Amino acid sequence: MERIEFLTEEIIDKETGIKTETMVLNMGPQHPSTHGVLRVVLRLEGETVVKAIPYIGYLHRGIEKLCEHITYQMCLPYTDRMDYVAAICNNIGFILTAEKLLGIEKEIPERAKVAEVILFELGRIESHLLGIGTSALDLGAFSAFLYLFKERERIYDILEMVCGARLTTSYPRVGGLPDDLPENFEEAIRNFLKAFPKTLTEVDKLLTRNRIWVDRTKDVAYISADDAIDLGLTGPVLRGSGVPYDVRKAMPYLGYENFDFEIPVISDGDAYARYLVRLEEMRQSMHIIEQAINNLPDGPYIADLPEIVLPRKELTYTRMESLIRHFVLVYEGFKPPPGEVYHAVENPKGELGYYIVSDGSGKPYRMRVRGPSFVNLQALPKMVEGRLIADVIAAIGSIDIVLGEVDR
Amino acid sequence: MSLDLQTVVDSLNTNLPDSVLDVKTFRGETTLIIDKKRVREVCYHLKDDFGFKFIADITAVDYLGVKTPRFEVVYHVHRFGPDFDDNVRIRLKTELPEEEPRIDSVVPVWSGANWLEREVYDMFGIEFLGHPDLRRILMPEDYEPHPLRKDFDVRDREASKRSFKRALEEGSE
Repeated sequence: MERIEFLTEEIIDKETGIKTETMVLNMGPQHPSTHGVLRVVLRLEGETVVKAIPYIGYLHRGIEKLCEHITYQMCLPYTDRMDYVAAICNNIGFILTAEKLLGIEKEIPERAKVAEVILFELGRIESHLLGIGTSALDLGAFSAFLYLFKERERIYDILEMVCGARLTTSYPRVGGLPDDLPENFEEAIRNFLKAFPKTLTEVDKLLTRNRIWVDRTKDVAYISADDAIDLGLTGPVLRGSGVPYDVRKAMPYLGYENFDFEIPVISDGDAYARYLVRLEEMRQSMHIIEQAINNLPDGPYIADLPEIVLPRKELTYTRMESLIRHFVLVYEGFKPPPGEVYHAVENPKGELGYYIVSDGSGKPYRMRVRGPSFVNLQALPKMVEGRLIADVIAAIGSIDIVLGEVDR
Repeated sequence: MSLDLQTVVDSLNTNLPDSVLDVKTFRGETTLIIDKKRVREVCYHLKDDFGFKFIADITAVDYLGVKTPRFEVVYHVHRFGPDFDDNVRIRLKTELPEEEPRIDSVVPVWSGANWLEREVYDMFGIEFLGHPDLRRILMPEDYEPHPLRKDFDVRDREASKRSFKRALEEGSE
């Protein structure tokens, strides 16, 4: 098989008539700054990138196919493994889609919704911390990475307290939360809110006016607003190009319309703008969490829908009817009516959409995941062609991809 | 200014007669069933006349043994509104028969459709006519079956083995 990407081109210098060739450089799939197993074939003329071709699929596990064979509840752990940096956001996105398919959005108790908002925003902060941290690390700023990772541990501690897992949360259930929030949840969130601004200020001081960081990211990996819309980009990459599109405002879910927050937009369109958008988004998330924790209502945490929600554990162990119900729900799952829904949430990296087709059985007939990283990665060639090879690393870091979601 | 979906359907019916075959609504989402031969025309009309500048998603569904025609290609298109405050999203669907899984590419309309269509081609074997770079994207380039088709055998590892063997041979050359 002929591999076109490895063919070199001959260039003749117009002034001197000297013949030279373009060089082909294979970057990845194992490369520390590709954030996973991304391979980019670069054709270079000197140090300038003439053409960049991304190759993906090294982490493809066929999640969409797997989900066709299992019940809705069993799909939930697979969604963790997509964007594993913000697993909780993927989980909540899937749960909301299943709830929309069942038509039970109105039955979900307020307490569950507000708790999900808090967790969703924690997931966003967690992802942005890693996004900024690793892109700084790629460009040589090691200390910022350490400060950010320290804070990420605190979020993992909260998640562990709530759902028992740190990375792969698989947390909420269709209908609400599987169990009430732990007693010291509120205290933990308040402690986090107290400590986190300090870290943000530290990072701000470390990076925002850091000469090296600014030189490496300013005017690098530029993409215009029109190109960004045309390419279907979402998330901080789109907002860094000056397009104020955020699913939380455009098509609110989980009651986001009741919270007071801003959508940071910067129209420079470069890697530095994306960094600033992420930094400001963390402040806004903090603001949202603060409002949510102040207004966390009491009351039920899961909807009273026996045909969808599992019975409480103590009832399963003591009452025959509950045991039967548990058995049926675990074996067959709940059965949504035939139909199809698409539901989008604003994941830290952009619009995460689930498209589920139901045929009326307990398993999804088709589940499609629109991963933001997958679509955003399309912009890489446009960002780096004609630029220096060192900018490729800054560009990949600024798009903030997670290969688990690109390949699914 | 808020956009009414009925206006869109009416306009499509007047300007491109017989392009919209059916309109369905489920859970507050509107689906237009589009004639497969006119999908690019419809997309251009939506983009140029109504400002649907953003392609959110392209995917397909295989209805093997459930209904004919077998395949459905599904588009989710989005409109931001003039001041990004009037967000409207519609779903377009086209039906493709098993014998001829081919459809016009919408990459000329939205360049973001590029990878999305490549994924549909990779997973379902649906060919997009006029696509600038129609190659497999997630599976190996020389992999034969299309995994998301309903008749794909998940236990059959032969195709993967063949593909792996070829890769080894190529590497040792």
